Amino acid sequence: MSEPLFEFLCRMGDNTLVLGHRVSEWCGVAPVLEEDIALANTALDLIGQTTLWLNLAGAVEGKGRDADALAFRRDVWEFRNVLLVEQLNGDFGQTMMRQFLFDLWHKGMLIALQGSSHDQIAAIAEKSLKEVTYHLERTTDTVIGLGDGTDESHNRMQKALDRLYPFVGEMFVSDDVDAAMVAESIAPDPADLRPVFDARLDEVLSDATLVRPTSDFAHKGGKSGQRHSEHLGHMLSQMQWLQRAYPDATW
Amino acid sequence: MYAQMIKSTGKGVKSLDEMDPEERAFQERINAGGKIEPKDWMPDGYRKTLIRQIGQHAHSEIVGQLPEGNWITRAPTLERKAILLAKVQDEAGHGLYLYCAAETLGVSRDQLTRDLLSGKMKYSSIFNYPTLTWADMGAVGWLVDGAAIMNQVPLQRTSYGPYARAMVRICKEESFHQRQGFDIMMKMANGTEAQRRMAQDALNRFWYPSLMMFGPSDKESVHSAQSMAWKIKMNTNDELRQKFVDQTAPQAAYLGLTIPDEHLEWNEERGSYDFSEPDWDEFFDVLQGNGPCSVDRMEARNKAWDDGRWVREGLLAHAEKKRARKMAAE
Ligand SMILES: [Fe+2]
Ligand SMILES: [Fe+2]
Ligand SMILES: [Fe+2]
Repeated sequence: MSEPLFEFLCRMGDNTLVLGHRVSEWCGVAPVLEEDIALANTALDLIGQTTLWLNLAGAVEGKGRDADALAFRRDVWEFRNVLLVEQLNGDFGQTMMRQFLFDLWHKGMLIALQGSSHDQIAAIAEKSLKEVTYHLERTTDTVIGLGDGTDESHNRMQKALDRLYPFVGEMFVSDDVDAAMVAESIAPDPADLRPVFDARLDEVLSDATLVRPTSDFAHKGGKSGQRHSEHLGHMLSQMQWLQRAYPDATW
Repeated sequence: MYAQMIKSTGKGVKSLDEMDPEERAFQERINAGGKIEPKDWMPDGYRKTLIRQIGQHAHSEIVGQLPEGNWITRAPTLERKAILLAKVQDEAGHGLYLYCAAETLGVSRDQLTRDLLSGKMKYSSIFNYPTLTWADMGAVGWLVDGAAIMNQVPLQRTSYGPYARAMVRICKEESFHQRQGFDIMMKMANGTEAQRRMAQDALNRFWYPSLMMFGPSDKESVHSAQSMAWKIKMNTNDELRQKFVDQTAPQAAYLGLTIPDEHLEWNEERGSYDFSEPDWDEFFDVLQGNGPCSVDRMEARNKAWDDGRWVREGLLAHAEKKRARKMAAE
C-alpha cells in the first residue's frame, strides 16, 4: 500500500512545488506592486504546502528522503505533477488563467481530502484549504476582471484559456493509484471532482465573457510521470542546480 | 541607506529670527520633537525634499527586489526559497508603505513610477551590483539590509509623521532580513571549501558598495544641514558609515572572513575602526547610470511596467463597467 500512497503524495507535492516555482518566477516584475506581493504570497503558500506533502511522502517511503531530497534530487521522469502546472508563465493573463484552473481543481481536491482516513493528509488538507480558498478568490476576480475588461485584455484571456484548456482534463483522470486511494478512503476519485469544477468554471467564464473551448481533448502524462513537457527539465535544471553542483554542501 | 545625495533647498539653514511666524512655528514644533502631519502647513522645500527622499527610498525597495529575485528560482532548499520569497515580498511591501507616505505629500504613485522609469528619479546605488552566487543572498541581507537599518532606525524619529510610522514597520522587518542574511553567511562560511570561498568572494564584492550606500561625506553640505534641521536626516553620512563599520567588522571576524581593506584597524583612541573610503569615482559612475547592472535594472522595471499596461487598463475598465452596471441597476 505504501507505494501508491507515496505516488499520491508526490502528485500533491509536485503540483505545488512546480506551480510555486513558476509563480515565483514573477518576482519583481508583476504589472502592479500589489500583484508582486500577491504572487509572492501565492508562491510562498505553495512552497509551504510542498514541504508538508513531500516530507510526508518521504516518511511514507521510508528511505530517509525528506522534502528537499525529493524536490532537488529527482529527475524529470520521477516528477508526478500534472502538465498544467509546468506550462510556461506566458503573459500575466496566462499565468492567472493557469492559476485559476489549478486553484479550482485544488480547492475541490482539498475539500475532499479533509475527510481522508489518513490523519496527516486530512491535517495538511485543512491547512492548505484556507490558503487555496484565498488563492481561488483572487484568481476568480482577476479572470473575471481581465476577461470583462478591455478588448485587449479580453482577447488575451480567451487566448490563455484556449491555450491551457487541453491541460484541464488530466487533473480529473483516474488511474490505479487513485483507485488504491479510494479503496482506503484516503483520497477521492478525481473524476468525481469534475462536475463541481465544471459548474463553477462555467459561471466564472460567463462572468468573464469568455468562451469555453468545445473540445475536451486532454494532454496526459504528467501525473503518471510517463511523458512530461520539455519545460519541466529546464525548470529543474535551474531549481536543482546548486544541490546538484555542490552535492556535499548543506545550505 | 536608500536615499543618497538628496538635494534640499540649496540655501543655508535659516535662523528662527529670519522665519515668518508660520515657518517659525513649524520649526519650533520640530525642535521640540513634535510630528508634522499631512494637513499641517509646511515649507515648500520641506515637502519637495521629503518627496525626493521618500520616493528614492520607495524606488530602492522596488528595484531592490531584482538582485534577490535573481536567486529565488535557484534557492538551494525549500526553506531558503521560502525565506527569500518572504523577504522580497517584504521589500515590495516597504515600497508600498513608502509610496503611500509620499502620496500624503501630494504626489501620486504613478507620477513617482514614471519618474523612476524615465531615470529622472534615482534609487540606491547598491542595487546596480550583480548577485553572482548564493553567498550573495547572505551578503545582501547581512550588509545591505544592515546598512539600510543603520539609516532607518534613526528615521523612526523623523519629523514627518507618515514617514516615521512607515519606518517603524519597515525596521522590524529589515532587522529580520539582516539576521537571515547573516545566517546564510554562517552556513556558507562554515561549509565546504567552495562555500567558504563563495562567502569571501561575496564579502569582497559587496563591502565597498555597502559603504557607498551612506553617500559621500556630507559634513559641509548645505543640503544635509537643512535636512538635519528639519529632522528628515538624523545623522551625517560619515557618522552612519562609521557605525556600520564598527558593527560589521567584528561580525566578519566571527564568520572567519576578511574585510577587503588592509587599513581596517581598531583605533583605541577613537574607540572606532579606521577604514578605507570606497572609490567615490565608481559611486558617481553608478549614479550616472554606469553601474554593472544599471541598464539591466531599468530595462527590467520598464519592461514590467510596459508588459503590465494591458492588465492595469483591463482591471480599470472592468471596475468602471461594474460601477456603471451598479448605477444603472439603482
Ligand atoms: Fe526594505
Ligand atoms: Fe531593503
Ligand atoms: Fe530588507
